[in-house]
Amino acid sequence: MNSILYSFAVLGSLGLLFGLLLAFASGIFKVETDERVEEITALLPGANCGGCGYPGCSALAAAIADGTAAIDTCSVAKKEQIDKIAKIMNVDAGTQSLKKVAVVLCSGTCDKISRKYEYDGIRDCRALTRLGGGEKDCISGCAGYGTCVSHCRFDAIAIKDGVAEVDREKCVGCGVCVAVCPKKVIALVPKKEAKAVLCNNHDKGAAVRTYCATGCIGCGICKKTCEHDAIALENNLAVIDAEKCTNCGACAEKCPRKVIHQIG
Amino acid sequence: MLKDILVIALGAVLINNFVLVRFLGICPFLGVSKSTKTALGMGMAVTFVMTVASFITYLVQQYLLVPFHIEYLQTIAFILVISALVQLVELVLQKTSPALYSALGIYLPLITTNCAVLGVAILATQEGYNLLYSTLFGFFAAIGFTLAIVLFSGVREFIDESKVPAPFRGFPIALITAGLIALAFMGFSGFSIS
Repeated sequence: MNSILYSFAVLGSLGLLFGLLLAFASGIFKVETDERVEEITALLPGANCGGCGYPGCSALAAAIADGTAAIDTCSVAKKEQIDKIAKIMNVDAGTQSLKKVAVVLCSGTCDKISRKYEYDGIRDCRALTRLGGGEKDCISGCAGYGTCVSHCRFDAIAIKDGVAEVDREKCVGCGVCVAVCPKKVIALVPKKEAKAVLCNNHDKGAAVRTYCATGCIGCGICKKTCEHDAIALENNLAVIDAEKCTNCGACAEKCPRKVIHQIG
Repeated sequence: MLKDILVIALGAVLINNFVLVRFLGICPFLGVSKSTKTALGMGMAVTFVMTVASFITYLVQQYLLVPFHIEYLQTIAFILVISALVQLVELVLQKTSPALYSALGIYLPLITTNCAVLGVAILATQEGYNLLYSTLFGFFAAIGFTLAIVLFSGVREFIDESKVPAPFRGFPIALITAGLIALAFMGFSGFSIS
């Protein structure tokens, strides 16, 4: 009987002693932690995709709580989540900018573009591009071997008829495809209904005509047509500013190459 | 006395190195040895815990467990001491060095279950050391642990930079390295000092 009592008493008093010591020590070594960091981390998607530029969701949460990152930096988080984060941070969610999505700036599908050679190597755009800039005669267009597809973590991009196509519903705008594309033919644009010149070719118009049936020749008709000053000509290529575009469609109608398409 | 201390020191650091010869405390040895800096931090934390733990466990053993004839509670009582100490280290580290705290991560609270710490306390009572010797034994065992983990992390940092055949990359080559370092420490087992 005694040994039970002793063991009980000894272990009990040891536990109590250590407990008191630790309670005392935790008072001395108290660290002020920001509760908001954990709340924000819980609201972020937790995929740790790195699309925001921070090493993982918790790092972004810390930056948001610090005020060094905007509340809507995470492009993956849904609107409700951003609203909740805004509430935690006591800022107005209404001021946040539009979400971005990727768009492939090429409409040179198999039937529209001529080829230099038949490629039979590794099914990867980066490998293909090293062989004389790719099999298509246009060196700026989509190579169509799906390096972006294999890198997309959200299954939002697919190759259709030799050109990559982004599923705007699935795309979260993390920008991984933009970084990995050897042709630099993918861009991030604001997620709204707009027109876009789906061409990435800066060659002179006469040259473009020889190999692509739809590529932008930089004639500037769209620029003259546009009433909203949303189109600029950069090195023989028309570029539409999606922020200014009102989606009126006047440019698409006038375009002799039919390279201006509806996005969104 | 000086000679006894030397024997304990050499025995704990080299001849019976806790990690490489006795194979105790392998978990942090593999877990936090990716960079020398965190390995050194881990070594310091373990050194503190082991030294103080062997001091306190000696007192617990001699003045609580033995007089009350409840030596069979040795393991649980020692674990209690160790876990309280680890908790203390965690509190102090979080306050003084948040970077090291996050680098050590889960391995910091896992010192609680680091069998090297419990091993040193139990071995000290088995060897019948007195208070000073027990404490020194704990301290030198921890130095041995630190030596092993820092050496190992140095080699691992070097291996990270070199070309390793694909099947061995990462953990497999780390295990092979650990085995080779342990083999090197076998060389010390030839010493017999008394």
